[in-house]
Order: sequence, then C-alpha cells, then structure tokens
Amino acid sequence: MIIILQIILFIVLAPFLSGLISKLKNNLRMRRGQSVLQPYYNLGKLFSKDEVVSQTASWIFRVTPFVVLSSTLAAALLIPVFILASTAHQMGDFLVLVFIFALGRFFLALSALDTGSSFGGMGASREMFISSLVEPAFCMAIFAISLQSGSTDISAFSGMHLIPVSSVVAAIALFLITIAETSRIPVDNQEAHLELTMVHEAMVLEYSGRRLALIEMASYVKQMIFFFLIAQVIFPIGELPIDLTQIIPWVLWYFCRIGIIAITVALVEVTIAKMRLFRVADFLGFAFVLGVIASICAILGV
Amino acid sequence: MLSLFPKQLFLSDLLSLFFLCVIFIISLPSAIYSFGYLKGEYSPAKITLSWVLLIVFVLSMAAVVTVGNALIFLVAWEIMSLVSYFLVVFDTTHEKSIQAGTIYIIMTHIGTAFLIAAFLILYKYAHSFDFIAIKTACFIMPSQAKNTVFLLLLVGFGTKAGIVPLHIWLPYAHPQAPSHISSIMSGVMIKTAIYGIIRFVIFLLGVNSLWWGVLILVLAVISCLAGVIYALMERDIKRLLAYSSIENIGIILLGVGLAMLFMAMNKPYLAVFSLVAGLYHLVNHGIFKGLLFLCAGSVYKATGTRDIEKLGGLIKKMPQTAVYFLLGAMAISALPPLNGFVSEWLTLQAFFLGAFNLTGGMKLFLGICASLLALTSGLAAACFVKAFGVTFLGLPRSHYAESAKEVSLSMKSGMFFLSFLVVIFGLASSVIMKLLARVASAVMNIDVSSMSFSLNTFTLSPQPGRNIYLSAPALALWLIFFGIAGFAIYRIFGRGKEIVYKTWDCGYYKLGSRNEYTATAFSKPFRVAFNFFLLPYRKTQKIRESFYHVKSFTYETHTTKVFKKYIYEPVLVLIFRIANFMRRLQPGSIHLYLGYIFITLLLLIIFMGQF
Repeated sequence: MIIILQIILFIVLAPFLSGLISKLKNNLRMRRGQSVLQPYYNLGKLFSKDEVVSQTASWIFRVTPFVVLSSTLAAALLIPVFILASTAHQMGDFLVLVFIFALGRFFLALSALDTGSSFGGMGASREMFISSLVEPAFCMAIFAISLQSGSTDISAFSGMHLIPVSSVVAAIALFLITIAETSRIPVDNQEAHLELTMVHEAMVLEYSGRRLALIEMASYVKQMIFFFLIAQVIFPIGELPIDLTQIIPWVLWYFCRIGIIAITVALVEVTIAKMRLFRVADFLGFAFVLGVIASICAILGV
Repeated sequence: MLSLFPKQLFLSDLLSLFFLCVIFIISLPSAIYSFGYLKGEYSPAKITLSWVLLIVFVLSMAAVVTVGNALIFLVAWEIMSLVSYFLVVFDTTHEKSIQAGTIYIIMTHIGTAFLIAAFLILYKYAHSFDFIAIKTACFIMPSQAKNTVFLLLLVGFGTKAGIVPLHIWLPYAHPQAPSHISSIMSGVMIKTAIYGIIRFVIFLLGVNSLWWGVLILVLAVISCLAGVIYALMERDIKRLLAYSSIENIGIILLGVGLAMLFMAMNKPYLAVFSLVAGLYHLVNHGIFKGLLFLCAGSVYKATGTRDIEKLGGLIKKMPQTAVYFLLGAMAISALPPLNGFVSEWLTLQAFFLGAFNLTGGMKLFLGICASLLALTSGLAAACFVKAFGVTFLGLPRSHYAESAKEVSLSMKSGMFFLSFLVVIFGLASSVIMKLLARVASAVMNIDVSSMSFSLNTFTLSPQPGRNIYLSAPALALWLIFFGIAGFAIYRIFGRGKEIVYKTWDCGYYKLGSRNEYTATAFSKPFRVAFNFFLLPYRKTQKIRESFYHVKSFTYETHTTKVFKKYIYEPVLVLIFRIANFMRRLQPGSIHLYLGYIFITLLLLIIFMGQF
C-alpha cells in the first residue's frame, strides 16, 4: 500500500518540482515565465501526439523508454519517504541506487546510437563520459554518509537529530552530483537545444510523442529522488508524527526542505555559466574531493 | 631424491572443486560453439588438430587446479602455457599471430621462472614439493623468506593473470586465438593464476603481513583503471574484450587482496566475505567474458572483420547474437539484476564493511579504493555502450556489415547457455554465496557455519545487524513490473500512432553511415580527460599532386602505450645491447673456441681443487 502511495507521490509531484524550478529561474531573471504546471501540460500534449520512429532504429530504441522509466521508479522505491525505513529497503541499499541509474543510462545511450544520428552519438558519448566521472564522486559521498551510521542503508542516517560537519560536506558533494545527473547548468543545459552544448537533450533528440513523455517523466522522477536524498542527508527528519497537531508542521517542513534545494538549484542555474565539457572533469573532481573531505570528517567523528 | 616423488597426487578440497566447475562450465559451451565456428574457417585436418589441442588445454587446466605437488603443478602449468601458445598461433597465415605468440611465450616463461624460484625456496624449507609438507613448513618459515616467496609468486602468477604492468602479452595473445579459445583463455586460463595466488599465498603460505594485501589492492586498482581505459580506446572488438579482462582481473584481485588484508588483521568474517566476493566475480567474469568472446567470434565469422569502425547495424542482421552480446555487455557493466552487478556490489560492500570495522587511515584507503572501483564500473559501462552501440546499432558502415548473416545453431546454443547463466548467477545469488562461503572457509580454515551472508533465499545481507540488503530477484520483479505498467499506460492513454520515418538529418539530402558517430569519436572525451595517461598524438600526412594541390589528406590518432614504451622497450633495447656486446665473444675462429675450452678447463680444475 505504502509502496503504491510512494510511487504515486513521486509521479504526481515530480513534474511540479521541475515546473517550480523553471518558474523560479524565470522570476529571478525578471521574466514572468511559464506556469508551474507547464510540465504537466507538456506531458499531456506529448501523450496525445503521434510519434516518429527512425527507420534505422531497432527494438532497443522502442524498449528504452520503458527501461528508463522502470529503473527510475525502482530507484524511487528505495528512498524513505513516509516512514524512516524505505518500504522496499530489503531490495537494496544506497549503492544499488548507483547501479540502477546506470541501467537506465546504459539503455538511453544505446538508443541514442540506435538511430544513426550523429547528435545521438555525441550525446551518448558525453553522457557516458560525465556519468562515469560521477560514479566515483557519488560512491565517495555515499561512503562518507554511511561511515557515520555504519551502514549503507539509506534510511540509516535519516533519523539523526544533530547534523555533523561531514553530512554537510557530503550533502554539498551530493548537490554537485545532482547537478551533473539531472543535466543542469553548469554541466548541461536543459533549456538549450544547441548541438555544441547538448548532452541529455542530444540523446533523446529522436524521441517524440508518448515515448518522449515517458523519458521526460523518468528524468523528473530522477531529479526528485536526488532532492530527497540531499534532504535526507542535510535536513534529517523524524517519522510521521501520530499526533494530529504535529502533522501539519511536519508536512510543511517536509516539503520546505525540498523547496530549499529547488531554490538553490535555481539560483545556481541563473548565476553560473555553462562549463566546457572537459572542465566537467574538474567539477566532478571537486565533488570527489568534497567526498574525501566528508569521509575524513566522518573518521574524525565531526 | 625420494622427496621429489609426490605423496599426494591430487587434491580434492573445495577450492579445487570450485575451479574445476568454473573450467568446465565455460569450456563446455565454447566447445559446442567451436563446431559451427571452425566449419568453413579451417581445413578438416586443422579442425581435428584444434580439437586435440582444446582437449589437452582443458585437461591441463584441470590438472593445474587439482594437483597436490608443486613439481607436477609446474609441469601442468607448462603444458597449459605451451598448448595455449599453439592455440594463439593457430592462424599461422596471419603475421600478427606469430608475433602475438612470441610475446606470449616469452612473458609466460618469465612468469614461470619466477614460480620456479619461489618453489625452490619453498623446497628448501619443506624438503618436499608436496603441498601438505609445504603447508607445515610454512608455519616455521622466517617471515623474510615468506616475503620473498610472496613477491616471486605475485610476479609469476601476476604475469599469467595479466596484472598491470605485466599485462603486456594479454591484449596480443587473447584476440589472436580462435574465438572459442579466446573465450576459454580469458574466461578460465587467466583465472588459474588467481587460483595460484589463493592456493599458494592464502592457503599454503598464510598471510603474515599487512602490506601483502595493500600491495595487491594497489596493483588491482591500477589494473582496473588501466585495463578499462585501454579498452575504451580500442576499436578491435576482441582486443577490447582482452583489455577488459585485465580490468576484471583487477576487480577479482580487489576481493582477494581485501581477504588477505583482513586475514592479516585477524578479521575472519570480513576475510571470508571478501574472498567470496572475489570468487563470485571470478566465476561471473568467466561466464560473461566467455559469452562476449563467443559473440565477438560470431561477429567475426559473419563479417570477416574485428574492427568495429567497419561494423554497425548488426542487430537487424544477427538479432540473436545481438541479444546475447547485449546481455553480456549489461552484465560486465554491472547492471542490475545480472550477475556482474551482484558481484561488484559485493566487492564494494567488502570495502564498506572493512571501513566500518577498521579504524583511522585504513578507512579512507578503503573508501578511495571503493570509489575507484565505482569509476571503473562507470568507464566499463561507457566502454560497452561503445562496443555494443557501434557494432550492432545504427547503419552498417561497410559491405562487411551489410552482408552479415546470423550464425549457425551450434554457435547460438553455446552463447545461449552462457547468457542463461548470466541471468541465473544474478538471481540465485544467495544460494551461490552459501556455496562460495564453504569454498572460502576451506581455503582459510575458518568455520563458516555461524556466518550467514543472506537473510533468506532471495536476499543478501553482508553483515547481520547492519541492515544492508540486496535482493536481485525482487529488483528484477520490480523492474519488470514497472516496465509492464509503463507499457500499459503507454497503450491505454496514448492516442497517437507510430510513424516510421528517416532520422532527422538537419535538412540535408541524405544521412548515411559516414555521418554516424564512430567508436573513435565516442571515446574522444575520455582520450582528452585521461591524456596524462594515454598521451595521445596525431599523425597527419598530405599527399600532394603538386605544390599547390593537395590530393588527399590522411589523419591518424594514436595513443601511447606507456607501459610498453617506458618499461618494456628500454629493457628490450638493453638486452639487445648486451647481446651485441656478447657477440664479440663468438667471432667464428676455431682457435679462439679451443682457447675458451682450455680456460674453462683450467678454471674448473682450480674450482675443484678447493674441495
């Protein structure tokens, strides 16, 4: 029951989060911007459209959107949302998350190569480059976080009350990883459709209609998963209180945490310019170093 | 001389049994595969020869992992090396095969020389070559001697395993052999070296200092990274797989090295767990690398080329081979819920558990090693996206790929069997863990009856009380469930129809295979990011008709093989220089030779006079 509720929550709220960030970005740039609900309209529109499939494409291209969606939703199961322990915590731990995301990415990169377009190849190459550098940084951040609790269980560290220094540093590392994984500035740009800078958008260039909607949905959910992770690390929250008077502030704070991260992402996106591809290595190297620092802090016990 | 005679010819412990199983699980489908593969490729006489060599090869490997006497071990080891040499040079018409064979036979004998030295030192203490006698002698052996033996064994077995920087022969020899042999060589033969390390270092010698494990871990991490980076640069599909074997040997050694580290620190539970992770990856690598080599052989058989830049679009011509290759590529990239994922997760967990249980700087060391393993798996995923994507997807890049046809039934059945195992070894991880724990306990002489690495039949749990779980079957079920649910939503709510049309070509007239992204282009970002290690360079050449008119322009990009250039080539130059110097001793004059004999005689008489 809780599993279904959790998946529905992710599916329903994830597009909103994206809409919120883009609204914030537009307002920060002194524009009115699109409605917060625009991602929902986009999904609805894509779902009702015809789709074009390349004649070069094989079954890999047709299957990929489902693999990407299912791997992302499986990852969403691992995140503790309503209660401390995630409902499916016996299915896998924090490290499994890294591997599950790799599954979706693997197929997305293959589908990009499947159409024979050079945009696709370019996107696939860049995405695999960035993601392979994300993995050590991600692993190091997980290492730092799990050192405190002595377990790689995602729910193990969410019950803490005092936030140690190592958690803060690890959360910053996670934040940098989130930027890279959700294809945001300075690593990638979701808004630009220019062949020189595209990464994620170049990979999904050949998709249209319903399949594109599924892939977009998956990337919204993926973003939300990362936001929840950061929130669990830096703003740990207790279990859902039983007392009715405490529920409202709990729920408010629960979503405020996600809001704070969304605002930070929007601020970063409007204030920083996109990096050259090869400087992404330095960016992710910095995330890795932050992970090492966080681990040292955790070893020292602060 | 009596002590030379073996008291116990064969061992029958679980470690030997485990390796026997690995050998036969991978050799059997390769043998079935070879029916179809050899047909039409070679003359009937050569096919018979290849069967004889194959049988001797498999039997010699079986002997290597079962004999209980160091002398006979060496004999079996040597037969294995020689037969595999003959298999490497099996395509005698290719110049490359001869060259690859020469490099292989030289390197493998250097390795054997180190093994002989190690065994002689052991003999000095044990007065016997029997493993039982050696084991008892090792308890009283001084630690200085133990260290020397360990280093000699590491170099000896490391050469066979392909640890960087002793890997130099592997990318030449493995691709040159016929594909079913490549699959056995990469899947099984290099594992006999891991057997050697486990049998001689962990079982017989007994780990006595911390730095042994640390040294193996460092070498393993270097092997992982160097192997996968070279694999990424490669465009010959079989050589790519050979480089990736170096990477996977590194991952296996991470498990073995951790086990040695924990043994030295007296943490039996962790030692067993790490060794189990290593052994699990060993059998998994055998399965998926064997599978991938068979698939590469099918591609070679169907197209006549191993250069992936000339392939493309094979998924339509060879749909079944494509599925098997995809499964193998997914497993080697550690994607859930296949077997490579489970064993890489276990290896990562071994690092994490070690860090939870140890203190201080060791924690950080293990954490950084774990992240480098994560980097390796990320790069491996990129490498196999390239290998699968460029070979099987997109448009065919040459007439080789256009005229490809699906391979014969015997070849398909060999590949099917291994891809079936790829799935089974992922899903049945708890059962396999239990079996492997017994193997590890036999090696390390630790009672494992109280240790349980799993919660139930479907869920792994590395250490009780830490709430760390992994259930590959549950994960697989959820993945399938969400996939089906996604498809249902797609069918129910979607109203549009599917139109098949050309790929977006930016408004140009026609998009051809020349516009496709190539393997070299795919690996460009990696070449730039790792340029400190790869040292890429370009060769450009203008072919002019006249001063003013350039007729054509060639452009090549290469990477420098640093180990070959900065370690092996200087050594070779030195050897040649010494040889040239020594040549002066042999000018061909019979008088001088008589003089040599006389001087030798005199020296011998003086020498004998001392006794």
